[in-house]
Amino acid sequence: MKAKVKAWQGVALIAAVLAVLPFAVGLGMGNAWVRVLDFALLYIMLALGLNIVVGFAGLLDLGYIAFYAIGAYLYALLSSPHFGLHWPAWAVLPLGAAVAGLFGVLLGAPTLRLRGDYLAIVTLGFGEIIRIFLNNLNSPVNITNGPQGIARIDPISVFGVPLSRPLDVLGVSLPGVYLYYYLFALVALGIIFVTMRLEDSRIGRAWVAIREDEIAAKACGINTRNVKLLAFAMGASFGGVAGGLFAGFQEFVSPESFSLMESVMVLCMVVLGGMGHVPGVVLGGLLLAVLPEALRQGAGPVQLALFGRVLLDPESLRILLFGLALILVMQYRPAGLWPSATRRREFSENPPEPGR
Amino acid sequence: MLEAINLEVSYGGIAAVKGISFAVEEGEMVALIGANGAGKTSTLKALARLLPARGTIRFLGEELAALPSHGLIGRGMALVPEGRGVFARLSVAENLAMGAYSRRDHAAISADLERVHELLPRLLERRTQLAGTLSGGEQQMLALGRALMGRPRLLLLDEPSMGLAPLMVHKVFETIGAVAATGVTILLVEQNAKLALESASRGYVMEGGRITLADSAGNLLADRRVREAYLGE
Repeated sequence: MKAKVKAWQGVALIAAVLAVLPFAVGLGMGNAWVRVLDFALLYIMLALGLNIVVGFAGLLDLGYIAFYAIGAYLYALLSSPHFGLHWPAWAVLPLGAAVAGLFGVLLGAPTLRLRGDYLAIVTLGFGEIIRIFLNNLNSPVNITNGPQGIARIDPISVFGVPLSRPLDVLGVSLPGVYLYYYLFALVALGIIFVTMRLEDSRIGRAWVAIREDEIAAKACGINTRNVKLLAFAMGASFGGVAGGLFAGFQEFVSPESFSLMESVMVLCMVVLGGMGHVPGVVLGGLLLAVLPEALRQGAGPVQLALFGRVLLDPESLRILLFGLALILVMQYRPAGLWPSATRRREFSENPPEPGR
Repeated sequence: MLEAINLEVSYGGIAAVKGISFAVEEGEMVALIGANGAGKTSTLKALARLLPARGTIRFLGEELAALPSHGLIGRGMALVPEGRGVFARLSVAENLAMGAYSRRDHAAISADLERVHELLPRLLERRTQLAGTLSGGEQQMLALGRALMGRPRLLLLDEPSMGLAPLMVHKVFETIGAVAATGVTILLVEQNAKLALESASRGYVMEGGRITLADSAGNLLADRRVREAYLGE
């Protein structure tokens, strides 16, 4: 109970910070940084979705970004001039969640017997198949417009107000990035809420049980097939929602946004933050979304100040420093930056004995 | 209570269990003994519907062929898997709670938890500890307790002595005896033939996927072939 109260306090704190964050960031560092925050929120949604599959159910998924792609392309196809369809966001976003969830089941069903590395290989293949499909489905019938992607996607509108244009609120003009920020923050909080409720439910416990020992889980009466498929479907549907939001926000999608590297990045957020622990995963998503941007923008000026000129290209330095940061965190905090109490104990106590 | 007729299990064309028939009556403890690779664990897994098998399995008059493995605990059959299979990263209390996953009768669950704690007091002492940090013997006790939380009528035990120190093995068997005394029927698969036959009322000897001997435990213990092959005389 105490851990739960603490976790909720953490969420409340995050919510309060979230409310004032865009103003602090926007006024202090410019609106480009609010845009970075928008992306961070999308990544947090993705990380939370993947956390259900990887963190709770223990199923290593390396193709998770495919569900993001499915949600994004569904939005793009149903509300853009590409097909001349202009469905409203409130219809397309839930549909994206449902379709992505369905694809989650499609991926889960043939891989039920697989675990660990084998599952990782199949899911990796699935992610690539989806991306390659999107890349090539422009002939003979042009569905996805191939590598050019789909442009001029309708922005998301809430109660008829498009979030892409500045909105006057009490005499203050809020730019689009602020409006999207609040929408994304609300959706992210909703996903956090659902995830935490799930974690504490019968289903959540069943996920943990199959992660720990599948045969024992069956012996306890858990329908492991359904419970696994549910994990895939739930995780995928979060990815689908995030994808739809991404498409409306960017007003453009193309296959290159959904590469394997993106899947790896989301997995890094989950592992680095603290697998299976919701506040940790949120932290991981936030940090890994913001850190590369900070490194990109900070590396140039810092070098100028230190050496008087830019010695190393900030773009390549960014990847280098990012990799270094990952190694350091895994070296000194192997359970993640903010692990659950159980994981922390497990890593600090003596490792479990196989038994005598 | 449990009846297997012409049970066959094979792994990709290689037969591990070659058409065996046996029965377990209500209230008995029956031991299934045999050497490594004789097909004991395959038999038990087939009974628990964890392996596809041919032949007929009847439990409490019901054919099991159509039932999935997760449906068995609700019917009154619980498996303690080989190698214990505790949920290592859950606490002892959470492990026991998982044992009652299929039940919704909360009052009866708490009563059963008390009974399990009485039977296995170590589990009460260690209830907040992670199951993976328990000793092997304690893990076996936990696996047993977890199975009992499903309120089974028949308990399938797969090699409860495996990998335990001799002193611990005796403790585990004492506990199994205590469980049997509460009226739970037990089918025990064991390599430690002496201990298994000393606790059980009847026994079957498996060899190369077939049942070669079936008798009362006392007679098997006295049997020359059993003594030579399994008791090292």
